Amino acid sequence: MDILQIRNLRVYYQTLQGTLKAVDRVTFGLKTGERFGLVGESGSGKSTLAFAIMRLTKPPAYVAGGEVLLNGIDLIKMDAVQLRTHRLAQIALVPQGAMDSLNPVLRVKEQIVDGIVDHATGREQKKNLAYRVYELLEKVGLQKEVANMYPHELSGGMKQRVCLAIAISLNPKIIIADEPTSALDVVVQRQIMLALGEMQKSLGLSILLVGHDMGLMAQFADRIGVMYAGKLMEIGPIEKVFKNPLHPYTQLLISCPPTLEERGEFKGIPGLPPLISDPPPGCVFHPRCPITKDTCSLEAPEMIESEPGRWVACLQHDRVSQ
Amino acid sequence: MSYFLEARNIAKAYGGSGLFHKKETVALEAISMVIKENPASIIGIAGESGSGKTTLARLLMGFIHPTQGQVLYRGKDLKHITRREKMTFRKEVQAVFQDPFGAYNPFYKIDHALYTPLKKLQIVNSKAKARQMIEEAMEAIGLNPDETLGRFPQELSGGQRQRVMVARAFLLKPRLILADEPVSMVDASLRATILQSLRKLNKEFGISILYISHDLTTTYQISDHIVVLYRGTVAEIGDIDHVIKDPKHPYSQLLVESIPRPDPAKRWSHHLTAFRSHESDRISRGCKFAADCPRVIPNLCPASPPPLYQIQRQRAVRCFLYKDAHEISNEEMSKVLDP
Repeated sequence: MDILQIRNLRVYYQTLQGTLKAVDRVTFGLKTGERFGLVGESGSGKSTLAFAIMRLTKPPAYVAGGEVLLNGIDLIKMDAVQLRTHRLAQIALVPQGAMDSLNPVLRVKEQIVDGIVDHATGREQKKNLAYRVYELLEKVGLQKEVANMYPHELSGGMKQRVCLAIAISLNPKIIIADEPTSALDVVVQRQIMLALGEMQKSLGLSILLVGHDMGLMAQFADRIGVMYAGKLMEIGPIEKVFKNPLHPYTQLLISCPPTLEERGEFKGIPGLPPLISDPPPGCVFHPRCPITKDTCSLEAPEMIESEPGRWVACLQHDRVSQ
Repeated sequence: MSYFLEARNIAKAYGGSGLFHKKETVALEAISMVIKENPASIIGIAGESGSGKTTLARLLMGFIHPTQGQVLYRGKDLKHITRREKMTFRKEVQAVFQDPFGAYNPFYKIDHALYTPLKKLQIVNSKAKARQMIEEAMEAIGLNPDETLGRFPQELSGGQRQRVMVARAFLLKPRLILADEPVSMVDASLRATILQSLRKLNKEFGISILYISHDLTTTYQISDHIVVLYRGTVAEIGDIDHVIKDPKHPYSQLLVESIPRPDPAKRWSHHLTAFRSHESDRISRGCKFAADCPRVIPNLCPASPPPLYQIQRQRAVRCFLYKDAHEISNEEMSKVLDP
């Protein structure tokens, strides 16, 4: 069952240079209790998409069309009151650089309580708040004392844990985590991701992990969606995608980053990502694609299910593995 | 014999005097290393934030001076060299920093960033000669001068901007380039070009490179040797292949193990001791990793700081687990990579 369905979502930016299609007809579903990784390079539209799901899109960006269905109810069409009771209570966002979003003059407990008071629906949830704060801190692996501390007294990893505690404070069903570990060291990153994974299991959460690091996706996600220039290129189970990528872009993303296995020539993807203000005709990836054919510049590929559970948007996908 | 650049048992502490900073923060201590002109090598400096990577870079560039020990440039203390020598030093040691967006003035075309050092260091006297040098440098880095020059920084991608910075460093024909996190703000698909150009400068033009990064994978790809820093001290030093494939210090082991490998079949083990990285541990008298170390020796590690033990010809570890090996002094650290 899909707890969250994104259908034909389009998010555009209105600029003096014209309309930029930052997210262009994106369709995918997040299953109950699953970890979905959304991967893409900077400018691919992944954060714009995360914001649009939360209805946090601000001008000059706007949602040009499509649906975000949470248990069948469209978040895009919700009024402000409904939205308030859904955010944090049903679906929570840990934005990029969340740890820097903590208020420097408020104690940790006040910041956790703030979200609960604002978004809780029942009176029950507003009771015993002090106890609730301790409980939440424990869940993310922090000590009670942290509740009375100010953000500057905490390390980056601890601040990020506080943000996770805020995100789970009203037992949401979905957490969207946008690069939750981008500013952290590898050891701390591993700890945070393991903590998030444990919470996901024990609370039965569904997680949408947004990021650029294929390594992190391989470590964490059950399924993965690859974005490029505002479009989804491929969706599939993580093992299958890594073993046998269907889209040439996915294949390059997996094979080009340096590894610890072999030292050798540096491989990159030739060319540059397209300007979304002036996307190439046909498939957006064709100017950088190693197996492009004439038809690729004429026709934009549709997302097709090439085998059960695996989707790809590429006219040449049957030639990728060869 | 004097080396091109030598750090002799240096330490840097911040604060410690004045009204508001009574407590001293030791950012770096007991580091010795040499950088030779010939053979030119690439040394990687790895460590988490707060390990002293950038302090080391700033000390070696003479931006700050050590509170203990000396940094020697061709045998002379960097603190006391003459203006003229400083000028040559500034030419011979170049840097590439992390942020390719902040390195440019958005009001000037990128040409400005390339002409200015040539003018300030009085390397050329005509604009035509400068232009020729700039074009040569860009071509060596693999940039097309016609496509890049005359543009504003915001018209270039992060990867291109960073390569222009590498070209700018190369322009002055330096002997050493300090690259402080040069690829961490660049997209994965474009990192290769930057690493490639650094490698080329080393192999073809004999320029030594100090590659400073928290990312062990790129460090592994580019470096010949590695220095692993942990909270201001050297945890492990040695040949890159040995250290990455078979790390000996428990901290290097944790570091290598925690790299997210792009392979769903090789996931992190859940077994991870509580890694605190907390301020209060810093004051411990013994090994700085003792509080987090899975292999800590209870009465030894927290009590006294471990010395360096040379476990192989080009390999030393600061850990009591290897106390049967030959103990070396902090000054001898520089000999590990240069036997």
